[in-house]
Amino acid sequence: MATLEIRDLHVTVEADNATKEILKGVDLTVKQGETHAIMGPNGSGKSTLAYSLAGHPKYTITSGTVLLDGEDVLEMSVDERARAGLFLAMQYPVEVPGVSVSNFLRTSATAIRGEAPKLRTWVKEVKEAMERLSIDPSFAERNVNEGFSGGEKKRHEILQLELLKPKVAILDETDSGLDVDALRVVSEGVNRVRESGEVGTLLITHYTRILRYIKPDHVHVFAAGRIAESGGPELADKLENEGYEAYVKGGVSA
Amino acid sequence: MAEAQNIPVGSTTAGSIAVAAESTVATRMSAPPSYDVADFPVPHGREEEWRFTPLERLRGLHDGTAVVDGTGVKVDVQAPEGVIVETVGRDDARIGKAGTPVDRVAAQAYSAFEKAGVVTVPKETVLTEPIRIAVHGEGGVAYGHQVIELGAFAEAVVVIDHSGDAVLAANVDYLLGDGAKLTVVSVQDWDDKAVHVGQHNALVGRDASFKSVVVTFGGDVVRLHPRVSYAGPGGEAELYGLYFTDAGQHQEHRLLVDHNTPHCKSNVAYKGALQGDNAHAVWIGDVLIEARAEGTDTYEMNRNLVLTDGARVDSVPNLEIETGEIVGAGHASATGRFDDEQLFYLMARGIPEHEARRLVVRGFFAELVQQIGVEDIEERLIAKIEEELEASVA
Repeated sequence: MATLEIRDLHVTVEADNATKEILKGVDLTVKQGETHAIMGPNGSGKSTLAYSLAGHPKYTITSGTVLLDGEDVLEMSVDERARAGLFLAMQYPVEVPGVSVSNFLRTSATAIRGEAPKLRTWVKEVKEAMERLSIDPSFAERNVNEGFSGGEKKRHEILQLELLKPKVAILDETDSGLDVDALRVVSEGVNRVRESGEVGTLLITHYTRILRYIKPDHVHVFAAGRIAESGGPELADKLENEGYEAYVKGGVSA
Repeated sequence: MAEAQNIPVGSTTAGSIAVAAESTVATRMSAPPSYDVADFPVPHGREEEWRFTPLERLRGLHDGTAVVDGTGVKVDVQAPEGVIVETVGRDDARIGKAGTPVDRVAAQAYSAFEKAGVVTVPKETVLTEPIRIAVHGEGGVAYGHQVIELGAFAEAVVVIDHSGDAVLAANVDYLLGDGAKLTVVSVQDWDDKAVHVGQHNALVGRDASFKSVVVTFGGDVVRLHPRVSYAGPGGEAELYGLYFTDAGQHQEHRLLVDHNTPHCKSNVAYKGALQGDNAHAVWIGDVLIEARAEGTDTYEMNRNLVLTDGARVDSVPNLEIETGEIVGAGHASATGRFDDEQLFYLMARGIPEHEARRLVVRGFFAELVQQIGVEDIEERLIAKIEEELEASVA
């Protein structure tokens, strides 16, 4: 069973000629089939955790370990991590001029699967996945994320999640900026992947709203660069009622 | 996390639409067009038409100090049956008919060449194989002139291939008879040190179609003036260009489409990728719609993809309209950057770095490559683009 183990992870970032520690000792284990919600106020380090796991060059790991099925993730390049089974659905997906969605998806699937998918089954697979996410077929010919609305970008991220079938999916504020309809479509996509039982999901969010659609097994409150409290789904209810105030007292949240 | 960045870094993009009684295209030049080099002052670099060009790297082509030493270029013409290939003297009537030199180096080339090449496709001759002109630099200075003439209703594809090392100033005239169809692919695949300056003049006959594909990869400095005017109504011109500008290279394409005749069309699309320190691409796209050119339909576009820091693009589209009785006129210019965030995004989907760069650049050029319509050239271009990318990764 695939397991992502994060142990005592410390991460710094360079900003304004100063080194700032953002993650201050994160411990978390995500197993295949589990869904963990990470909730926290702005600036608590949630997105830093997501991008550090994916290997974004902006972040420096100063100590700690991240293992995926016992393999050292921190030693891997960004693309190696993806091929090892990590997937990051980004909060702000990047526009890639000149690369069509269809070309991008196929190149990505080829890299992840280790061989080019058979054209006929691939076309069908993409078409069906797009239909399920209410993505217009014309998207295939558009450049990646270019001119996409916020909702279209997020659906495109979930489309990739469905096609690439990672071991561990990190969804970084996939719900932000979505209206209720788009949130439902995106959540259904995530749930389809979860129902396979083959993916561990790390759902990073600021709001409890998405948890009405995607039921977590575990909820973690993220504050000041570490997990401040962990619990079951009931913890989300508590946050819904009380907010993050209890966790940001004393100005620990930047 | 940073948002997608599509900010043109190290680039300028300016555009203007002028409706003028007097042509600014003409008045921007420091001297009127002329065949005589003496009519042009030696440029000092601040003139409008020279301000982007590194004069000190022209190896004397601009100030008369570049002297022919007999080791300039070797020209080899391979033509299918039915084509007439000649080498003629300066007094041949076909020379200089398609256009007049517009700057000092073009006039220098015109004033200095000894023999001109003339390739003629007689009227109603439809070629099934391309005419291939190989221009190979042997290391020295050369001035040249080439005429390609198609008689009425003739059809031909011409590939002009520049390679090797040279300091070359050479002009090319394309004369299209009524109803003729000419596709010209000019490939600048020079060695790193070469300097190549030239003016390509096309005179498009009534109902004739001219397609030009300018492909610039190599050289230290390449500065070309593809220019089109029309000899009768119904003419069409498509001007495509691809360039891949590496560290230290200066590649400059200065286009003019002169809509001097009613009911003609033009479509200009140039795309360039740049990488490395001091890679500099310049694109000037002038379209002039003269008062008499009613029914004109024109569009011009330039796109640049900056792959690394340290590269610079100057892109200046200029559309000048002297009549409102036209079908359409438009222009666009954009410079985008392939940046670390794009690279991260693609790699986060399992795509290795070199593959990610290749994906972006291939995609960028693909639609233009498909316009060429000469299969072996298309394949060669794709291979060449890959080669450029490999070189950059290594």
